[in-house]
Amino acid sequence: MDVLKRVPIKEQNPDERIHNFDEVCLGYTKDEAVLEAGRCIQCKNPRCVQGCPVSIDIPGFINAVVREDIEEAYRIINKYSALPAICGRVCPQETQCEKNCIRGIKGEPVSIGKLERFVADWARENNIKPKAPEKKNGIKVAIIGSGPAGLTCAKEMAERGYDVTVFEALHEPGGVLVYGIPEFRLPKETVVKPEIENLKELGVKIETNVIVGKSVTIDELMDEEGFKAVFIGTGAGLPKFMGIPGENANGVFSANEYLTRSNLMKAFDSNYDTPIITGKRVAVVGGGNVAMDAARTARRLGAEVMIVYRRSEAELPARVEEVHHAKEEGIQFYLLTNPKEILVDDNGWVRGMRCVRMELGEPDSSGRRRPVEVEGSDFDLEVDTVIMAIGTSPNPLIISTTNGLQSNKHGCIVADEATGKTSREGIFAGGDAVTGAATVILAMGAGKAAAAAMDEYLQNK
Amino acid sequence: MTENHAYVIVKKVKLAESIYLMDIKAPRVAAGCQPGQFIILIVDEKGERIPLTICDYDREQGTVTIVFQALGKSTKQLAELEEGQAVRDFTGPLGQVSELVKMPREELGKKKVLFVAGGVGAAPVYPQVKWMKENGYEADCIIGARSKDLIILENEIGKYAKNVYISTDDGSYGIKGNVNDAIRHLVVEKGEHYDIIVAIGPMIMMKYVCILTKELDIKTIVSMNPIMVDGTGMCGACRLTIGGAVKFACVDGPEFDGHLVNFDEAMKRLSMYKTVEGRKMLKELEGDTHHHKGCECHEELPKNA
Ligand SMILES: Cc1cc2nc3c(=O)[nH]c(=O)nc-3n(C[C@H](O)[C@H](O)[C@H](O)COP(=O)(O)OP(=O)(O)OC[C@H]3O[C@@H](n4cnc5c(N)ncnc54)[C@H](O)[C@@H]3O)c2cc1C
Ligand SMILES: Cc1cc2nc3c(=O)[nH]c(=O)nc-3n(C[C@H](O)[C@H](O)[C@H](O)COP(=O)(O)OP(=O)(O)OC[C@H]3O[C@@H](n4cnc5c(N)ncnc54)[C@H](O)[C@@H]3O)c2cc1C
Ligand code: SF4
Ligand code: SF4
Ligand code: FES
Repeated sequence: MDVLKRVPIKEQNPDERIHNFDEVCLGYTKDEAVLEAGRCIQCKNPRCVQGCPVSIDIPGFINAVVREDIEEAYRIINKYSALPAICGRVCPQETQCEKNCIRGIKGEPVSIGKLERFVADWARENNIKPKAPEKKNGIKVAIIGSGPAGLTCAKEMAERGYDVTVFEALHEPGGVLVYGIPEFRLPKETVVKPEIENLKELGVKIETNVIVGKSVTIDELMDEEGFKAVFIGTGAGLPKFMGIPGENANGVFSANEYLTRSNLMKAFDSNYDTPIITGKRVAVVGGGNVAMDAARTARRLGAEVMIVYRRSEAELPARVEEVHHAKEEGIQFYLLTNPKEILVDDNGWVRGMRCVRMELGEPDSSGRRRPVEVEGSDFDLEVDTVIMAIGTSPNPLIISTTNGLQSNKHGCIVADEATGKTSREGIFAGGDAVTGAATVILAMGAGKAAAAAMDEYLQNK
Repeated sequence: MTENHAYVIVKKVKLAESIYLMDIKAPRVAAGCQPGQFIILIVDEKGERIPLTICDYDREQGTVTIVFQALGKSTKQLAELEEGQAVRDFTGPLGQVSELVKMPREELGKKKVLFVAGGVGAAPVYPQVKWMKENGYEADCIIGARSKDLIILENEIGKYAKNVYISTDDGSYGIKGNVNDAIRHLVVEKGEHYDIIVAIGPMIMMKYVCILTKELDIKTIVSMNPIMVDGTGMCGACRLTIGGAVKFACVDGPEFDGHLVNFDEAMKRLSMYKTVEGRKMLKELEGDTHHHKGCECHEELPKNA
């Protein structure tokens, strides 16, 4: 075995997988995992850990895998992360833990994410559960939103003995993990649901169909229902549109709508009632994970798919693995291209999209080179469906219905980074609702930090 | 999920052919809802999210009343449920409270209000008329439908409205004609004065009411029912163009100034899934043919032959 190279991982063949919604990456077997774990040189001063937003003891759990004590590996990870089977699958490892791995200097970094996934999957398959707290203190805390931020905060508080209730607006808990990220990247029944069930094992209650700010307000939860502290993890779910002509035509969707129909409402399965328009030629505008997910979903529904992104390949914000998979699946990339108008037929349906070529100019405030239009380079793409995946922002509902809760000009809740403390005593916040659209692991990190601060607040009260 | 109350149907009444009323147990929704708002329900595991206007509520009993027309697959499935059974999910209240309810009391006191209900539109009109009366304001109401047997909630609305006028397309009851004929009759022929018209019904009806009331220069509020998914602002399926700006009906509406609504676009958008749904229904019907009807055919053939 070449120690500079990773143990290869099995994947579904692209020709097959574009016809199903089953998971693309099949994961390591135990032997493969042990072999890959052996590549870790157990650094005394592990740089990988610094790259992980929740500081998982990476050499620690990898060492347990080498010793083939997978249960111990799971217990180690579980001290830091409530959702390892999920992070192992969706973390942008290449810019976090694996980016720093010492093995990466000469060869390929250790497959930390895939090992994490293996450990979590093994634990689930072998029925290893987190341990319920021995003592309950009976103090009620409310968690608003059941995405990774809320679920992590719930886990941490339940383990400390609190009486935790999670309130979720939709009919299924999980946030983006269930309505956004598709089945073929993150299976719902086998991966997401069991991780949520584990929380129930800890005594966490989940009340779905409660839109806080409409069904009940935070002030009512605190004043009338006896909740002593609240964590807001409501995410950044509002879709942005470009504001170009033709955007309300039939056949133009936000990625949120398209993905929600397919993932949450299971429109891809004809046994479910929610309809979805598949389209023959689909343009997806954007270059992040959301765009890749929408594109690959449309591909699986039978369309020919194009990604239209205004910067170049190097700036694509999506995980490298997803871009790679998208290309394998035959998705075409129109880079340095920006839509100007959606062309509409007489019946109000999309018949094409007018685009313009871009080139990269001076760096902007984000440090990325700003795309500028190449004059006179307009051209029309023949498409019948357009999916906008150009970003999301937080829902103003919570802010507008909670007295004295401060927000910034982007509509994000203002909260202390280290503690999640907001402008209101006893109310904490974290995840996308505070940072704007970010990542699963950052949301989890915020939920965890807020739980520590919430515990301290309640203990000193 | 596990922590939720069961959303039990405590009452079911058939109001007219394929129009049903249901009281459903949903204490959180009942506690805070107001006229103008709506709920979303899901019938079963595989069901879609169906938006329906809140027609009435009983805060003590913790129930919410809905009135719906069994049109397509999902509403027909809902209509099949009986008292004592439950829907899988029920959430709300969604959307903004009715403009009349939010209006400063002094201002509303000076306004003469006419409600115009078309078809099942009587359901969303009812709580508003009731709210007006209970808060000391008078209002008139036109209820229109294709024929007499499709007029619903006449008695209920009659309890709270000062005058109720009926119009039917076929003339089987009340004024012969559509609701616009009734409005014209009241305003032009009888010289009644109204400051505000609240028109709720099929989009095509609201469109034509707005064309007329613009001519008559009467402020008109409509309640829009575009296609929705989440109902919380997350998907944008419900977007409309209102006075040139894009609005989400589920969070900014469902009520809007009718004279600013781009109805043509809204109606096109509403038809978006017609073919997809049509195909689905067809598939199901054909499936049925193979299973039951096919057999019936064989039995009946000899008789007819
Ligand atoms: C399609 C897609 C793909 C992505 N891919 C990746 C990836 O590969 N890797 C990665 O790291 N990140 C990815 N992300 C980003 C990541 O999913 C988010 O950063 C993360 O989920 C944020 O977590 P959260 O808990 O803050 O919010 P969310 O996951 O958004 O959860 C918020 C929850 O709160 C609920 N809610 C909102 N308002 C209310 C209310 N008023 N009352 C009650 N409940 C409410 C919402 O319904 C939702 O369930 C992706 C995002 C999308 C949309
Ligand atoms: C805010 C709001 C309030 C409403 N209030 C009521 C009410 O009080 N009573 C009532 O009978 N109906 C009401 N409707 C319409 C009702 O939601 C639709 O009739 C229902 O969704 C149709 O579902 P279906 O599958 O039975 O019909 P189908 O014809 O099979 O539906 C086809 C598809 O189109 C969509 N659809 C079709 N018609 C409508 C429509 N008018 N509005 C939204 N989506 C539609 C559905 O999502 C479905 O996916 C309301 C709609 C909205 C948006
Ligand atoms: S949680 Fe994410 S960043 Fe941390 S070790 Fe796991 S994959 Fe890497
Ligand atoms: S940096 Fe790489 S080799 Fe070193 S401990 Fe971390 S995973 Fe192992
Ligand atoms: S229904 Fe999804 S945004 Fe209005």
